[in-house]
Amino acid sequence: METKNIMIVGVGGQGTLLTSRILGGLTIHAGYDVKLSEVHGMAQRGGSVVTFVRYGEKVYEPVVEEGQADVLIAFERLEAKRYAHFLKKDGVILVNDQKIDPMPVVIGAAKYPENIIEELEKNYRVYKVNAMEEAKKLGNSKVFNVIVLGMAAQHMDFSKEDWLTVIERTVPAKTVELNKKAFEVGYHLHN
Amino acid sequence: MTEKVIMLGNEAYARGAYEAGCKVSAAYPGTPSTEISENIVKYDEIYSEWSPNEKVAMEVAIGASISGVRALASMKHVGLNVASDPLFTVAYSGVNGGLVVIVADDPGLYSSQNEQDTRAVARAAKVPVLEPSDSAEAKEFVKFAFELSEKYDTPVIVRSTTRLSHSQGMVELNDRTEIEDKPYVRDFAKNVMMPANAKGRHLVVESREIALTKDGCDFPINHIEYNDRKIGIITSGIPYHYVKDALPEASVLKLGMVNPLPKQLIEEFAANVEKLFIVEELDPIIEEQVKSWGILAIGKEILTVQGEYSANLLRKAIKGENIYVIPSAQVPNRPPILCPGCPHRSVYSVLNKLKIHGAGDIGCYTLGAVAPLSVVDTTICMGASISSLHGMEKAKGKDYIKNWVAVIGDSTFMHTGINSLINMVYNKGTGTVMILDNSTTGMTGHQDHAATGKTLKGEPTYSVDLEELCRAVGVKHVYVINAFDTMNLEKVVKEAVAMDEVAVIIAQSPCVLLDKSPVAKQFCVDTDVCKKCGMCMKPGCPAITKRDDGAIVINDTMCNGCGLCETLCKFNAIKPVHLR
Repeated sequence: METKNIMIVGVGGQGTLLTSRILGGLTIHAGYDVKLSEVHGMAQRGGSVVTFVRYGEKVYEPVVEEGQADVLIAFERLEAKRYAHFLKKDGVILVNDQKIDPMPVVIGAAKYPENIIEELEKNYRVYKVNAMEEAKKLGNSKVFNVIVLGMAAQHMDFSKEDWLTVIERTVPAKTVELNKKAFEVGYHLHN
Repeated sequence: MTEKVIMLGNEAYARGAYEAGCKVSAAYPGTPSTEISENIVKYDEIYSEWSPNEKVAMEVAIGASISGVRALASMKHVGLNVASDPLFTVAYSGVNGGLVVIVADDPGLYSSQNEQDTRAVARAAKVPVLEPSDSAEAKEFVKFAFELSEKYDTPVIVRSTTRLSHSQGMVELNDRTEIEDKPYVRDFAKNVMMPANAKGRHLVVESREIALTKDGCDFPINHIEYNDRKIGIITSGIPYHYVKDALPEASVLKLGMVNPLPKQLIEEFAANVEKLFIVEELDPIIEEQVKSWGILAIGKEILTVQGEYSANLLRKAIKGENIYVIPSAQVPNRPPILCPGCPHRSVYSVLNKLKIHGAGDIGCYTLGAVAPLSVVDTTICMGASISSLHGMEKAKGKDYIKNWVAVIGDSTFMHTGINSLINMVYNKGTGTVMILDNSTTGMTGHQDHAATGKTLKGEPTYSVDLEELCRAVGVKHVYVINAFDTMNLEKVVKEAVAMDEVAVIIAQSPCVLLDKSPVAKQFCVDTDVCKKCGMCMKPGCPAITKRDDGAIVINDTMCNGCGLCETLCKFNAIKPVHLR
């Protein structure tokens, strides 16, 4: 099979590292070779962060380049727009419909773009969810990212059982049930 | 046991040290090297510690090596500058137990103040350098480095980069090889580097370099993959993978040891390919040596010395491919910022109000340099805030620094800031130093240090009393103050800068990310009372935004409840909401 390219983008502190651990575990569980590239350090302080996941029979380069991504998982709207050009022509975007103003917007030096999702829909297959609201319904807004992952699962090569197994192995023991529920919410959103 | 797992590069380095029978590890945190120690601590067979700085860490490892066990020091590239003093001399004295130093470079500057190339430092120090290209090699190369170290009586550097340290890949686990402690033998000529002995050791170093240049041709980590011979590429580390993706048809000489270079092997490869390219990130270290031997090669003529490479970059530069990519959308930048509830924001809001300049340092608080806080004016290296402020005073007089303070974190103060404070007092300076004490090493992800009361292993230990320490070096005016007590802070800063003596203000409040429990209190804006004056937005808290209709709102998924905005609101429009 051809190497599959996934990107997870968001704002530092949104839990991209946990989601990348889940995806890494999943690709191994399914028997693929995998390279997964993360951002630690300064950018994790509220900056724009990106994680690359590449899996297949044999993977060399650990990063996804412009025009190569199959799936873009975006935890914030503006970040979806920032990285959309990394997608292939028929690429899929799963986006958490949330707005976090970057500092240039907060201080009035820039304007947060309008109609981001409508614009993206012109060129890509876009699935959106207000994951923060959905997570609050589950009682913990922190699991919003697993809801988005659940949505992404419909566009990737792993069985639902594999996802749940790996989530169980990866997240802290006392949050397993909550995370599994969050995954189910996302998984059934666009069926 | 041969279990296959997925591992971060840094986790694999730690595993390599474990499997190699390493017994002592010391480090100071620094992105992208921090997770090496954070993973080593999981192995009870290895004693591991956070040292106050990289020089100390290196010397701890050297001592362990002299005593006869395998030892590791790890650090980021700029940390090696701090540790270069012991490095350059242990290169002469050599080892007893194997001594390995893992140094992580940062091509692309994800989290550093410069983009220096460790291989250049290693060449100057005449220390062998291995460069793995993925997690599996990271583990194996550390093990090989220990073997080389003992066989050739030399410290060995394993060079990493951000991309490797922070990428996950497949690793096959092996068991730990228990290495028997070597006896300590007193060896005056080898271990006492006074001039007469160092002369002799210098010659030993030179013959070692010659031996490694020759023997390296047979190391399996230096190997040729012949393919189509029209294009030959010499590469190493992460760029090897870019080469394999971009030019699968090319012949490749993959160097696992990048210093000293296996000269004969390179000459053989060069003679067997039509056109030779050298693909290495950062400086032309391999390229300049190869060209100096009279070999024709193409490198930095077409490839940059700045930043990371990629497969597409090579496709364009080497194959001349025209790769069309959709240009990125024009969107506002999202630079890193201080977190909601960060105590540094409170301190900086006061300094900003008083129009005070900050001589800055390395840590999260460097972010006070950017708008809207714009307090930090300079950032050079660890500890430089205090000494550079002192230099300004000596250049332009004590009145010149009446609107300046040095700002430095607690961990950075313990790293090298203390030396600068001693100097300021000793040489009759009058500067004001603010220690932003958030009880942790923040930027690198919360590591303990000598003033937190906990070791790397999490064991309780003596905690340096920063106030007493400052007094002990001769600072008469030491203020300890809550970082969120802005009124008091303002008064104390005014008083301190006006004085003609050194003053230290220790602004305390733990990093907001240290407490992982759910927030107990948040704040919200009473829109009936709010005058929309924007005072609360001045310090740039990301949780506070202005809606399109002008209303100011506090985001309840981001607010950490520090209350800085409440103290700034003159109309009592910001109110606490108690959550539990």
